[in-house]
Amino acid sequence: MKTATKAIASLASLAMLTSLAACGNTPGSASSNGNATAWGISDANFAPAKESFELWNKNHSDQQISTEYFANDALKEKMRTAIGSGNAPTFVYSWGGASLKDYADSGAIVDLTDELADTVNDRVFESVAQGGYIGDKLYATPLLGAQPVVLYFNKSVLNDAGVSEAPQTWTELLDAVAKIKASGKTPIALAGGSKWPYLMWAAYLVDRIGGPEVFQGVMDGKADAWSDPAVSQAMEMIQDLVKAGAFGDIYTSLTSDDRKDTSMLVNGTVGMELMGSWVYPDLQSLSTDFAANDLGFAPFPAVEGGKGDINDLTGNLANYWSVSAKANAKQRETAIAYLKDQTYTDAMVDKMLDIGAVPPVKDIEQKVKDADTKVGFYTWVYEAMSSAPAFQLSWDQAIPAAQAEAVLNNLEQVFLLTQTPDQFVDAMNATLK
Amino acid sequence: MAIAHKGKDSAKPLHIGPSKWYAAPALLLFGLFALLPLVGVVILSFMTWDGLGAVSFNGIDNWARMLADPLVLNGLRLTLILTIVSWAVQTPICILLGVFMAGTQRYRAFLAVFYFLPLLFSSTAVAIAWKNLLDPSFGIGKAFGVSWMAHNWLGDPKTALWVIVIVVSWCFIPLHSLLYQGAVRQIPQTMYEAATIDGAGSIRQFFSITLPQIKYTIATDSTLIIVGSLTYFDLVYVMTSGGPGNATRLLPLDMYLKGFKSYDMGGASVVGVIILALGITMSLILNKISGSDKMDSQMEGV
Repeated sequence: MKTATKAIASLASLAMLTSLAACGNTPGSASSNGNATAWGISDANFAPAKESFELWNKNHSDQQISTEYFANDALKEKMRTAIGSGNAPTFVYSWGGASLKDYADSGAIVDLTDELADTVNDRVFESVAQGGYIGDKLYATPLLGAQPVVLYFNKSVLNDAGVSEAPQTWTELLDAVAKIKASGKTPIALAGGSKWPYLMWAAYLVDRIGGPEVFQGVMDGKADAWSDPAVSQAMEMIQDLVKAGAFGDIYTSLTSDDRKDTSMLVNGTVGMELMGSWVYPDLQSLSTDFAANDLGFAPFPAVEGGKGDINDLTGNLANYWSVSAKANAKQRETAIAYLKDQTYTDAMVDKMLDIGAVPPVKDIEQKVKDADTKVGFYTWVYEAMSSAPAFQLSWDQAIPAAQAEAVLNNLEQVFLLTQTPDQFVDAMNATLK
Repeated sequence: MAIAHKGKDSAKPLHIGPSKWYAAPALLLFGLFALLPLVGVVILSFMTWDGLGAVSFNGIDNWARMLADPLVLNGLRLTLILTIVSWAVQTPICILLGVFMAGTQRYRAFLAVFYFLPLLFSSTAVAIAWKNLLDPSFGIGKAFGVSWMAHNWLGDPKTALWVIVIVVSWCFIPLHSLLYQGAVRQIPQTMYEAATIDGAGSIRQFFSITLPQIKYTIATDSTLIIVGSLTYFDLVYVMTSGGPGNATRLLPLDMYLKGFKSYDMGGASVVGVIILALGITMSLILNKISGSDKMDSQMEGV
């Protein structure tokens, strides 16, 4: 009896050990079958890239790409951990900016200048193509749509409040806020619970007041770059807006990932919202009637006496593919061949316009116009992108993660009125040392 | 317990319990998944690492930086508040519910099923549900026109932490009540019978028999609640992600944000070690106070 139990116990512990050993077999670059690997995002915006992988695999039986799909935020963290532990897939997905620079600096991704620079420069808008460069070397090729941040509004709410057209200047914005508030509605939806929507206000205001150079200074890591008077003025204007009741009293818990903010714009509880062009498909899916009749959009208002151009944009440039340095020769070859062949192909561009994404591709005005709906959103975004004198990548992507977290944290306190503009400047300057 | 051996075996030393090798798999797993990472975290707290590049030693720099970081101190304060308040709120409720459910009446067993429901839900689901119920523009306040409920509960720095305390309690009271229920059921019925004959009412019985009899359970359960409160993460992260304005940025949350949002693995490890030290200290203190290290039978004379 006793020996029997002993045998079972040792068998059980053996089983545990073997299952442990099985866990050690990680997917990713280590795969020996030579397939290139790619991790993508499981939402609708990613569909054009997903289809292009499927098409590629059908036509290239000798250069297969295995794909796996994850949620947006999950992939962001997973990608970095995978790279850090040497298990990155062949295709490294990023949002450009500081994380791309980190990957390049740590030698995790390979220089693609020789193979792909011509492809990218020929097809893609310069500002977006530039996002894939670190120094003068191309490390990443863009995919999916460019997503500038625009001011959306609900025309009927504005009309009811007596605001006849979208505010063009800061004074007009304050005026519109006062009127909408007087009509009993919340003037502007702001998803403060998600924190990053605060950034869009700060980024646009700093640009409109001081021009793109101010934040360039921060990105360059210049000492005391945040001390530029444009920053403290922008923070003061934000606090003026908060004090004027522009965001109502619920913005601190309103979140964006559950679309509560856009729902409020659609159902007419708020008049305006500053958001990325990525919510347009959401607006449409919440109410096609609203998107066709009541939806208005405009560039962020100019600030009187400010240096920035009203056509400057901020937002997400695009997403980017890089090629992992850990990939073997065959995988790398497959990846480069794929990127050369499948960077904004015609089929991809069509699919993107189909789902409401605007491709940052040169010379497709006619295509964009043909795909457009009555309100003309695609054409508007396409033209805004092609004519923008400066396109600032979202702050949280543009600067190193530690600084980005500090901006989010301190900016939230500015919006909650628990931090003065000067305290904000001091706190942010401290991150540049 | 000694096993009495007979015959030839009696010359061997007394065999106490089963072979110690039975503990080997558990020890191995504990070492692999608890001790090893623990040592790793302590070592990492003296290093600089962004999760990507090279790991480099930087002495006590991380520690100096973190101990002076207002976010860490804020997190420490909030975690201590949450721990004390959670304990003070949950313990009395759990004892009362446990005593109530220990009764054998049908309706009590029926109600007990409902008390246990929160225990079955994943904490992320609970957090999302509460977040939506408490939403000032889409939640129950708005839906039923209850104006005081339409307060911006999670968006107001003054109320956010207290809402967390309530939701955490709602989540964990079932588990702790279950422990008390078991403890109360172990009290011999004869004690209550004797007390009734002596003329003691039910309140007197509760304070003179029930409470003293479950005192070791109170000690064990308090340790569970307190050490548990030090590590609340998922509920809070989903409901507020530390906001508004750091009003709910507890220590574990601060650790996560530092490690996986700012990629300051060294700093995050320091915070991790602080949490670990707090947990060990608190459970040791509780053990000392309650005297449960010398637990002896309370059944004498029964």
